[in-house]
Amino acid sequence: MKRLSGILNTAVGIALMGLASTALADIRVMCYQDGNECEVTADLIKRYEAQNPGARVILDTVPYKTVVEQLPIQLAAGQGPDIARVAEIGGLSKNYIDIAPYVKDRKYWEDNFGSTLPWMRNKAGDKGIYGFLSQLTMTGPFVNKTLFEQAKIPLPGPKATWDEWADAARKVAKATQTPAAMAWDRSGHRFAGPAVSFGAKIFDAKGNVALDDGYKTAVGKFVAWHKDGTMLKDVWGGSGGSSYADTVGEFKNGRLVMILSGSWQINRMQKEIGNAFDWVAVPNPCGPAACSGMPGGSAWVALKTTKSPKEVGRFLDFMAQEAQVAEFASRTNSIPAHAGVAKKGVAYPSAGPAAQAALGVFTSGTATLAPAAYALQGYKYNRALMLPTVTRVTQAIVGEISVDEAVTKIGADMAEAVKQAEK
Amino acid sequence: MSVFTSLLGFFFNLFEPVFRLGQKLLGSSRIGWLFVGPNLLIISIFTFLPIVANLVYAFTGGVNLLPTQRPYAGLENFAILLECRDYTDLQSCRTDIFWRSIFNTVKFSLIQVALMLFFSLVTALVLNRKIIGRGFWRGVFFYPVLLSPVVVALIWKWLLQSQGVFNAGLVAMGAQPMDWLLDRHWAFFWVVVVSIWAHMGFYTLILLAGLQAIPKDVYEAAEMDAAKPFRVLYRITLPLLMPNLIVVLVLVMIRAVQSFDEVFVLTGGGPGSATTFIVQYIYQTGFAEQIHLYGLAAAASLILAVGLMALTLVQLRLSKAGEAGKVKK
Repeated sequence: MKRLSGILNTAVGIALMGLASTALADIRVMCYQDGNECEVTADLIKRYEAQNPGARVILDTVPYKTVVEQLPIQLAAGQGPDIARVAEIGGLSKNYIDIAPYVKDRKYWEDNFGSTLPWMRNKAGDKGIYGFLSQLTMTGPFVNKTLFEQAKIPLPGPKATWDEWADAARKVAKATQTPAAMAWDRSGHRFAGPAVSFGAKIFDAKGNVALDDGYKTAVGKFVAWHKDGTMLKDVWGGSGGSSYADTVGEFKNGRLVMILSGSWQINRMQKEIGNAFDWVAVPNPCGPAACSGMPGGSAWVALKTTKSPKEVGRFLDFMAQEAQVAEFASRTNSIPAHAGVAKKGVAYPSAGPAAQAALGVFTSGTATLAPAAYALQGYKYNRALMLPTVTRVTQAIVGEISVDEAVTKIGADMAEAVKQAEK
Repeated sequence: MSVFTSLLGFFFNLFEPVFRLGQKLLGSSRIGWLFVGPNLLIISIFTFLPIVANLVYAFTGGVNLLPTQRPYAGLENFAILLECRDYTDLQSCRTDIFWRSIFNTVKFSLIQVALMLFFSLVTALVLNRKIIGRGFWRGVFFYPVLLSPVVVALIWKWLLQSQGVFNAGLVAMGAQPMDWLLDRHWAFFWVVVVSIWAHMGFYTLILLAGLQAIPKDVYEAAEMDAAKPFRVLYRITLPLLMPNLIVVLVLVMIRAVQSFDEVFVLTGGGPGSATTFIVQYIYQTGFAEQIHLYGLAAAASLILAVGLMALTLVQLRLSKAGEAGKVKK
């Protein structure tokens, strides 16, 4: 009898444990980091778990490539994490789940993330909440100030054009025997900022993505700069297809005077360049149409593959609160996408003077972003334009095709990709 | 040995009731299915099923991975890949990168196969002679085969990049650095060189084994007849080595068409599309680009499969013709 009651007690205990574990399901979060974003997230998760006994959030830190290449395949196959940190926000939007029913205050989300919530929506008129932008980023140039000083050439002013910058950087490179004046990250997103500045409208009157003379001017200028040696050929010419390559490695080795990268590299610049030379972030150079970079960022998004939407909603609601957003921005040295936090300002205690200054330049630079740049970033098939740009422009750089042919092929590739994606 | 045999016997005896039951149910002539069944199942899942899936993807469109969500497209994917205004001008093709990758693969295969056969044969002939440190040299030539293709590519990238070892050497000698991997002609050249360097040892080994199997008395007879070395090579060595040469030819050809890993790490298929081969095109189209065009990738892989089958038939014909010629003599 005693034995039987023991067995019963054990069974009841196991059943209760089972019930307890189903009360708050575990959730998996896929995270990539440029600097320390996942480490900071891990700390915030600990706090969330302490405030919500029984909740368990498993953080999987993965390389950026995994998020770009493997996550879409996982999602297409109906697998995947519950939440992911993604940079290709619109393109994955059909995989997001609406967490609006699980957030405490919908108005708080609309007030503070209103300008970027549409980036995560799949259709026009959609009012769902699918996640939030954890970091606002902006593409923009960094300059090796030490080289300018050594060459005794002044830095062009805030309204200087791309031509003026190219000219100045060329002179500096020549005076200091630096291999090349400039390089842009091998990325269609990076290319889009100057293209918009050179007059690319990106969308036609019907709202469809389209190439115009402005885009063609940008392609022509960029290819010409490669041919005359202004641009370091290694970055774009050193690879095939549409693969990504950044310029920071070459910049930190002192092989470039100026690079076009983005605000997310500030931490890396501070860490990897150290005291080797002085670097500064400068406002985006101007073209005839604008002085624009490209907005962007990474977002925490709730994924359809989750079996625990309630827990996902609760966790994202926690992460989106002002205290967490401010801490995340402050510790990762990033620009917050939260209106309230941005208004109050963020302290960056771990940022050195150069990083502080760079953050200031990028934050104020968001005001000069052209509407076409915002529209392109929010367009869910923006990769259909960006990826062929990289492939075809590289072909033009290495002499396989002409600039005209490159532009024609970008248009054809883009049309094909959009057609397939819309099927 | 006896312990091992006993253990093996014991292990199989455990299954005796199963085999007896199988024999009773299936009959002694069909009991074999019971043995091959597990393997057939595995092959079906991992070989036949992907082939069927590939066919499904090739004839459907869209960007969804789940076959049920993919609209039927008929021959559209093939039309997209194969459509050209002028087949002598790659640029006029709708999917010119596909054609460039085919052209690059064919060019690479022809050059690399010929060079690989030549260098493997020469190396095997040299290593078959009584040279000083023969064991050491055999090891040296075989060593790259042991390395992972990614390691091979990284080593060569380190040598060939703008600030690499080769350019450092050129600069030290007062010469201008070269665009080894940034110039499309040089990049192609180095892809061929690296591929030969990495795999030659394996084929040399096969040919060396063939050379050592040739009876010594044939050479002794030739020596007594005062045959010149070139005649010995042409009349004795090469004909007797032909079966090994055909094996090497087939293996090198297959490897050349499949080339991906080393090239992808070394050049990324670039500059431009100078070293983009067909397997990389399939990978890029289906998996690397953000808008995954699975249908196009599957159609391209089917075209590749058809090409490989044609190539295999030609090789079979050639080897049969070779055999027939030998018998005639």
